[in-house]
Parts: sequence; C-alpha cells; structure tokens
Amino acid sequence: MIELKDVSKTFTLHNQGSAVIEVISNVSFHVAPGECVALTGASGAGKSTLMRMIYGNYLTQSGSICIDDVDIVQAEPREIIALRREVLGYVSQFLRVVPRVPTLDVVADPLRALGVPAEDAQNRARELLSQLNIPERLWSLSPTTFSGGEQQRVNIARGFAHAYPAMLLDEPTASLDATNREVVLSLIEEAKARGAAIIGIFHDEAARARVCDREIDVSAFTPGLSSSSEAVGQKKETAA
Amino acid sequence: MTPLLSVNGVTKRYGAHIGCADVSFELYPGEVMGVVGESGSGKSTLLNCMAGHLTPDAGQVIFDTRTDGPRDTLTMSEPERRMLGRTDWAFVHQHARDGLRMGVSAGGNVGERLMAVGERHYGDIRGKATDWLERVEIASNRVDDRPTTFSGGMQQRLQIARNLVTGPRLVFMDEPTGGLDVSVQARLLDLLRGLVRDMGLSAIIVTHDLAVVRLLADRLMVMKNGHVVEAGLTDQVLDDPQHAYSQLLVSSVLQV
Repeated sequence: MIELKDVSKTFTLHNQGSAVIEVISNVSFHVAPGECVALTGASGAGKSTLMRMIYGNYLTQSGSICIDDVDIVQAEPREIIALRREVLGYVSQFLRVVPRVPTLDVVADPLRALGVPAEDAQNRARELLSQLNIPERLWSLSPTTFSGGEQQRVNIARGFAHAYPAMLLDEPTASLDATNREVVLSLIEEAKARGAAIIGIFHDEAARARVCDREIDVSAFTPGLSSSSEAVGQKKETAA
Repeated sequence: MTPLLSVNGVTKRYGAHIGCADVSFELYPGEVMGVVGESGSGKSTLLNCMAGHLTPDAGQVIFDTRTDGPRDTLTMSEPERRMLGRTDWAFVHQHARDGLRMGVSAGGNVGERLMAVGERHYGDIRGKATDWLERVEIASNRVDDRPTTFSGGMQQRLQIARNLVTGPRLVFMDEPTGGLDVSVQARLLDLLRGLVRDMGLSAIIVTHDLAVVRLLADRLMVMKNGHVVEAGLTDQVLDDPQHAYSQLLVSSVLQV
C-alpha cells in the first residue's frame, strides 16, 4: 500500500548562507494493508519530516514514495489532492481550521469533500465526537477556543471520519487522558482490521507496543546521527 | 480531463518594464489556485491579463467554453469575451466599489447580472437576488438599500453575490479579503470555501496574505519581479519552500 524506495531529503536554507542540511538519506520500506508501522528515533531524527514527505507536504529530492500507484514525488498537485481526499489520511499534531466553523462541520468536512450528503456526514461526525467524549454542547462551536486535548480529539475525529486505505498518525495519543487514549487506540485497531496501512509516530511506548506490528528507526537514515553501531542505510526492524 | 484554463507564456510589458513574463499553468475544474508575491511582483497584472482586462503582449489564455470546447480568449471577438465575462467568469475586485454599482440597490446589483444573461421576469430576478443576499449573509430586508449604506465587509459579500448569481465556472479574485478586519475576513473565507465546494468552482486568488491561501487554495504560485519563481501544492510551498524568495516570504510572516 505504501512503498518507499531510496528516499532522500535535504533542506537548503537560501537566506542563511545557503546552508544545506541533509535530513534523510536512502530510506526504503513497505507497509502492507492492515499493518501499522511505527517510526522511532530521538527527537530531531526526522520522523515528522519523513511523515510529511509521505504526505507530500515536504518535497522529496530523490527516490519514490508510492501510495496506491501514485508516486508522491512525481505527482501533480491535483493528483496529490485527490489522493489525500480519497486514499491518504493524516492526523497531525495541530488542528488547522477556518475560524468560525462549528466543530461538527470541521469533523464532517472530509466526508463532504468526498461528496457524502451533509446529513450522513454529520451523523458520522456525531458518532465520532461522542466516541471521543467531546461534550455535545461544544459541537456547534468552533474548535479554535477549545483546550489542547479537545482540539487534538477533534483532529482525530476529523482524521478518522473517512475510512482511508492509508493513514499517517503523528502522535495521536499525545496530550490525551487514559479514557480517550483507549478510544484512539481502538480506532487505530479498527482501521487496521478493515485493512488500512498505517504509519505512526508514538512517544507513548505502551501504545506503540499495542498497535504497531513493526518499528523503523529513522535515526539510522539520518546522516550525522548514525554514528552508532547501526550502519547507514540499514533498516532496523523489530517485531512487536 | 480537459483543463478549464490553460495559460501559455503570458507576457505583459509596460514599456521597458516587465509586468509579468512567460507565465504558464493549467487549472482543472474544481481547483483553487493562489498567486502570492509582494506588491509589484506582477500578480495583479497576470490576473488582469487572464480575465481580459489587459491585453498581454504574448501568450495564450485558453478557456474550456461550454459550447465550443477550449478556445483562446485573447483571439475571441470582444462580444464573445464580454459574454464569457457575464456568464462563466466572475471577477471579484479588491475594492467592492470597483465591482458594484454604488448608485443601484443591492438587489439591483445582483439582478443586473441576471438581466445581462437574458432574464426578464422581475419576480424571478428579485427572488434570486434575495436568495443570494441571504447566502452571503445579508439580511433580505436590505435588498432595496444602496451599497453606499453597507459596511466594507457587506459590500464585499454583495460583490460576491453579484458575481456568483449566474453560476460561473471560474472566479478571479484580487485580494478578496484585503482591507477587511480579521473577524469579517474569517467570515468571508468560510463563505468562499463553502461556495467553492458546493458549486464546484475553480478560482484564481491573488493575495499577499499567506494565511488566506493556506485555507482557500489547493495550489500556489509564488511571483517575484514578474516571474513565477515557485509553484506547487499550497502546503508544500508554505511548509517546505524551495526558492530563496519563497523562503524569505514564508519566514517573514509575523506569528500571532
């Protein structure tokens, strides 16, 4: 479902003396449907960078990232937009919304974009919001004024509204209490059960052990960070 | 799929000075493209060349017309181009005053565009005008008031209603939220996003506000000194800009 081949990334900072920073070199891995793979490594190793490259948010210099036969590295913007609408979901750490839009519509939005009738989309949104313990009195308000944890849950509800065949999760359980963490983990398990290929970043080790089938240590692909026993370019995979 | 609009090598010079140079891109149905750059970068020149307000020195602006398929709008006859401007195209000006008739009532402003495409039944026209005023959140009891009695934000929403009433397929917008205070801006953005999605509009939005393009545009084009220096997916250009100027532009935004 998700296939990375020899993927490399550098940042060139033109306004800071044209400094070139190599972030990731020669990553290759594959994620099958129904599988959840965790990206691990110390802060700064490039986990989020790699995830954003897969989402098409960061430009990839070389290699290929194929999701459902679309190569993100080569694709036209409209192909990536269609892919994101139908195939590739992404739960980021931050909720970014148009001000003033009610929470219910924020969550229903991905379904509306797919052409699902307003009524059905909102029903699915209601279901997810109550599952994630967002009080009903908040549904008609814009999430911009919500607490960090509430925003994170709205973001998760939005990310799970459509049954994406491929999903990227950036710290989905961060800043959640035990009850809601449990809800999110079961949502991930449900997604796996229906055959979604998932790549996640989890700092929460217990959560990682529970939902992830494999781990990929990103620092093994980070030039300058790989001075450890790990050889550059070699994959570190441990079965969970 | 045929692109709705294909722009090939559009160039406009003001004497020795370059307005915009060799701009090419394709816009597909339902796509919203943002054009950003500092003032003087040529973004408004480009928009006006595409919309037929300025005649480019070189290039083609090919629009997929309903009846005859793709045609170069620059070689069309003036009446044909005007007809396009009244039906399939819409142009939202930065200053609502440029896009409205200030001496005519709000309902008249919306109705005029309907009459221009042949509607003659007064009751229907008034009904549609009232309906559109409500869609842009202007109370229906203001239908007989002149835009001079409206606030800046209301004038801008009236201009949008006037433009969208004929169901255009392509909307050109020049700084649609410029000069409005932030709360009105947020409301207008929400409205535009809903209209774009529900009507399946394609739009080209010229702005210097990066937050506006992030929320509205699928794609982004960055211009400097009349040239396109970078183009791509909006969030990719904003989060991982490649060109020195785009990097400067993105890093210059003040954090709130």
